Amino acid sequence: MKIWLKIAVSIWLTGIIIAGIAFPMVKAPETWWQFPLIPGLEEKARNIIFHVPISWATVVAFIMAMVNGILYLRKKDIDYDLRSVSSAGLGLLLCVLATLTGAIWAKFNWGSFWNWDPRQTSIFILLLIYGAYFVLRSAIDEEERRATLSSVYSIIAGVTVPFFIFVMPRIMSGLHPGSLGDEQGKGPVLEFKMAPNMLIVFFASLIGFTALYFWMYSLKIRTMRIERQIQQQIEIN
Amino acid sequence: MTLLASYHIFVKEFVSEFRTRYALNALLMFVVTTLSIILFSIGHDSPTQEILSGTLWIVIFFSAMSGLSRTFVAEEERGTSLTLRLLTNSTSVYSGKLIYNFILILALSIIIAIAYLLLIKEFSVKTYSIFWLTIFLGSAGLASASTILAAIIAKANTKGTLFPVLAFPILLPLLLTCINATKLSVDGAFFSEAIKEFQILISFAIVMVTTSLLVFDFVWKD
Repeated sequence: MKIWLKIAVSIWLTGIIIAGIAFPMVKAPETWWQFPLIPGLEEKARNIIFHVPISWATVVAFIMAMVNGILYLRKKDIDYDLRSVSSAGLGLLLCVLATLTGAIWAKFNWGSFWNWDPRQTSIFILLLIYGAYFVLRSAIDEEERRATLSSVYSIIAGVTVPFFIFVMPRIMSGLHPGSLGDEQGKGPVLEFKMAPNMLIVFFASLIGFTALYFWMYSLKIRTMRIERQIQQQIEIN
Repeated sequence: MTLLASYHIFVKEFVSEFRTRYALNALLMFVVTTLSIILFSIGHDSPTQEILSGTLWIVIFFSAMSGLSRTFVAEEERGTSLTLRLLTNSTSVYSGKLIYNFILILALSIIIAIAYLLLIKEFSVKTYSIFWLTIFLGSAGLASASTILAAIIAKANTKGTLFPVLAFPILLPLLLTCINATKLSVDGAFFSEAIKEFQILISFAIVMVTTSLLVFDFVWKD
């Protein structure tokens, strides 16, 4: 990533964190920096600016791992495997963060940390998939075989993701918006009923966290490449 | 050509299984053991139908895991995978093994279901059409996902423990849907009420088989 892009992402995310935490929530917003107070959610609604973009970035990381897996199978270039595993590693980190922020939010809004709501179940499954992916990788010594098999596994796991995201919330009743039993839940993509200024911060946060993911991703790839070179140097000597 | 070859693979699996009867005997003992553990733990209590439909699928899932994991491991151990690779293409190997696995797991699930219905008095199915169709489609889904995973773990170092770890997250949407459909059959729902569940089960099996056919070549030729 270019240096000016890094600076831009840092400033962008700092702005979002300030806006998300410090903008006051009032009953009748008057200026652009006041969020409306939603009954039932109150100050807890701020979490949407952090929790949802992190969950989104988790899915982006997973898709990137899968796409690079497919590219590895097509091109048989080990660099794609490095990209795939970098993305999966970041995805695991983001997945843990999404689970934690979600659990804390669930505790204060729904009463307990874990309710086996369909979306909580899906994020838990995603965590298991990432875990299984790394367990599989550690069970294979040979580099190319490890790359091939973990790519295949990420594809097999990837095709089941639509079942969690689109199918499970439809058949199980849940607490998240868009679940079965929620009158507003018409489709998998929610109809946002947020105040315009909050919506802007929310989408800015989505962009910001996605950019942050790509920044971390490029760093991770570079370290992985260097690690691999050092490993090869050691083996030669 | 491919069809004939996959039929031959299927026959080969069948014959080699019936020569030793290793998997079959082990699986039947596994079913007896798990069912008796459930019976011991129930004792004189009467658990709810929801819990009982859950445990039915736990038994089916773990017996499928222990039975299907050997599909490709056996080829690697006996050193016959090279011969198979020379003689035929990967698609027919996959489809032959898939059909064999499906029939094995279907027979197993039917045995488990019958034993479960007979042994556990509290578990009474009201809509049998939903129940048996769930068993059928659930077995298809289990076989479709397990075959490709068995091919993956056959190439890994630690084969035994890896299989359930890899399979569980992938099979969970299938298992949850199966448990849901079983609950419906116990509750005495009409057949039309379970259509949604069957759609999910059918699409799961189709998606799994299609993807596996596309990627199996990479695993097999590795």
